[in-house]
Amino acid sequence: MFRAIFQKIKQGLAKTRSLFGSVAELFGIRGRVDQQFLTELEKRLYLADVGTFATQEIVTRVRQAFLDKEINGDVKQFVKDQLRSLLTDASPGLRYQPSGPTVVMIAGVNGSGKTTSIAKLIKLCKDEGKKVMVAACDTFRAAATEQLTIWSQRLDCEIVKGQHGSDPAAIAHDACEKAKARGFDVLIVDTAGRLHTQTHLMRELDKIRRILTKQIPGAPHEVLLVLDATSGQNAIAQAENFKKTVECTGIVLAKLDGTAKGGAIFGVKQKLGLPVKYVGVGEKPEDLEPFDPEAYVEALFE
Amino acid sequence: MFEGITRGLSEALKKLKGRGRITEENVREGLQAVRTALLEADVNYDVADAFIQRVTQQAVGQEVTKMLDPSEQIVQIMYNELVQLMGPVDAKFHFAKDRPTVIMLCGLQGSGKTTTAGKLALLMRDKYGKKPLLVAADLQRPAAVEQLKVLGQQLGVDVYSEGAATPDGKGPNPVVVCSNAVSYAKKNSNDLVILDTAGRLHVAEMPMDELKQIDKICKPDEAYFVCDAMTGQDAVHSSKAFNDALDLNGVILTKLDGDARGGAALSIKEVTKVPIKLVGVGEKLQALEEFSPERMAQRILGQGDIAGILEKVARVQSEISEEERLRQQKKLEKGNFTLEDFRKQFEVMAKMGGMTELMGQLPGGLSQMIPEGEDPEQAVKRVQGMIDSMTKKERDDPDIIDMSRRRRIAAGSGVEPHEVKQFLGQFDQVRTIMRQMANMSMWQRMKMMMGMGQAGMFQPGAQMAKAKIGTGHRKSPKERAEERKKKRKQDKKRK
Repeated sequence: MFRAIFQKIKQGLAKTRSLFGSVAELFGIRGRVDQQFLTELEKRLYLADVGTFATQEIVTRVRQAFLDKEINGDVKQFVKDQLRSLLTDASPGLRYQPSGPTVVMIAGVNGSGKTTSIAKLIKLCKDEGKKVMVAACDTFRAAATEQLTIWSQRLDCEIVKGQHGSDPAAIAHDACEKAKARGFDVLIVDTAGRLHTQTHLMRELDKIRRILTKQIPGAPHEVLLVLDATSGQNAIAQAENFKKTVECTGIVLAKLDGTAKGGAIFGVKQKLGLPVKYVGVGEKPEDLEPFDPEAYVEALFE
Repeated sequence: MFEGITRGLSEALKKLKGRGRITEENVREGLQAVRTALLEADVNYDVADAFIQRVTQQAVGQEVTKMLDPSEQIVQIMYNELVQLMGPVDAKFHFAKDRPTVIMLCGLQGSGKTTTAGKLALLMRDKYGKKPLLVAADLQRPAAVEQLKVLGQQLGVDVYSEGAATPDGKGPNPVVVCSNAVSYAKKNSNDLVILDTAGRLHVAEMPMDELKQIDKICKPDEAYFVCDAMTGQDAVHSSKAFNDALDLNGVILTKLDGDARGGAALSIKEVTKVPIKLVGVGEKLQALEEFSPERMAQRILGQGDIAGILEKVARVQSEISEEERLRQQKKLEKGNFTLEDFRKQFEVMAKMGGMTELMGQLPGGLSQMIPEGEDPEQAVKRVQGMIDSMTKKERDDPDIIDMSRRRRIAAGSGVEPHEVKQFLGQFDQVRTIMRQMANMSMWQRMKMMMGMGQAGMFQPGAQMAKAKIGTGHRKSPKERAEERKKKRKQDKKRK
């Protein structure tokens, strides 16, 4: 199980290996841990979007532990351990409710990869033998409903949708009714992409959430924030605002198969404690993996 | 918008406040925090370092005045440096006259290509009176074609599509769609074609090939890279990959209405030298604006505040110049560069003849004094005329030349007053260089030369990286390949 996931992430990160490999490369240098080595380490961590806090933390710890000592496997292992310690535990995946539909709400900024991530989640839930329904609550962007409809057809999944421009909360309401009446196990609620600074749109998101709670007690059981691995430190501001508005329970880190490494999750964990639940490692519906911090750190180095 | 970086900078500058003068040490300390702020703003690591280095060099060399807070002086230097880094703006669009102009949009997935295509079509129609045709060439993402069709309907703009690809990879070919669209545009009397290509994530060879093929077959007049303002360190890789593949003409930065600190703007410009043309600033389809490096720099340094500081610095500097004018004037008279000297130099050159060849060898500002396409001999005569129409006092101190003096000089030499103003502005640049060189110690001169040396000035045949400015002609991949070949050959020869 572990090996398989490791392989998959490694494949996803194959293109980034030359860059991330450079972190590993650093430890191939012969010599002592000096200021030059620490600056190089700092640079390589920054280039992975790891951010100021985690980078400074790790560089300081390495300085304290290894200054003037020889560069060897211990230093490498130490950096790995430090990176690992700054991440959350392995993802337990979705927490299904013992009875009634488990409601999963999806949120994120424009273009972060929400709809594709939903397609992947549908596949994942169906593979676990669940009866899945999606609610197409993105009524703003042109053809967003069509995009989700195409996915639901491909994956053979029930969809609840409304008119373009209609009230997304009304669709959420309908979807809850249908999911309850027809005994669905999982209801995934898509929402329109919105920048976290647009307060009126954030209020709309809050309204959808309140409707869900009203219809199904305890819902939404999971609120997943989709973050783009390509984005930099702004991801932290996104997570902060979305968490405040809709109480996110976890992160889906999309587009980890590009050249970006998604190091912003270090900052998200440090500042908000939000765990990464899944990572998107490809363009196909099966390319969604539960987040495994060991495999993630390992994949950065190998 | 860029509250983040602002916060970081002002926190950093707080440390500088209250200290009497700029020393290399407190600059370094203060800028260390600025560097962190830039990195937090997602400015690329190397770009941030280079920026800090340049600001440090300038700040330490600067004279300290009692009237200014050192942090204010540094803010001004940073502002100027930022504007320079992100400019110049190339706001012009070049349209072909005898055939439809083709604009290709490319970028990573989710950067906002399709929305931007719609916004661009609207801008082109309403501001430039074009009749655009949107082309749905993103056949990969489900319903992307649909999305563009809906946008076209909302805007009342024509859309060309041949449907989407099926999951098994069959269906229309994007390259064919694009070339069909261009022929369709000719028949449908659309004078502008906007290609909305599929988003790419792997910046590896294979998906890039499709773009290269579209480039080869449709020969777009402009290729724009659409980039999310929230992009992190990766901005450098992706923009470089697209620029290498397509030779971009411009960048459109999207989602700038959020609180992204937008360091990507700096990084992309610095790495690719491709100008940022437009910025997306909202959900509405009208929300596409011209990029302004001044505004962007002001945003980075903090809105409102910066304008006041810049004003104050300018005021104090003019006060100082008032105080020191006499002293400076004496210095000028003591054999420093005056208009009198300038005239003599020009005369000598005119006597030597062959002005055209000589022009290339003149220092910086001088060669700009001859407008393109004008006979240099004629230009020299005009400049001489202007100088001859000045009083001795004016020649010794051109700063006293005001509107009425300018009119008199213009009338005396048969030129327009604005030409006098332009000439004086250029002369001022030359004088500054001369003055700097004269005031420099041996050490400083060497430092300046070394700075140039690092930039490749002294490598034979080498050129400094130049910002790209559109010429209206986009080279075909074939021409570019030939150019590269030629350059390689030259490089080899040099070795």
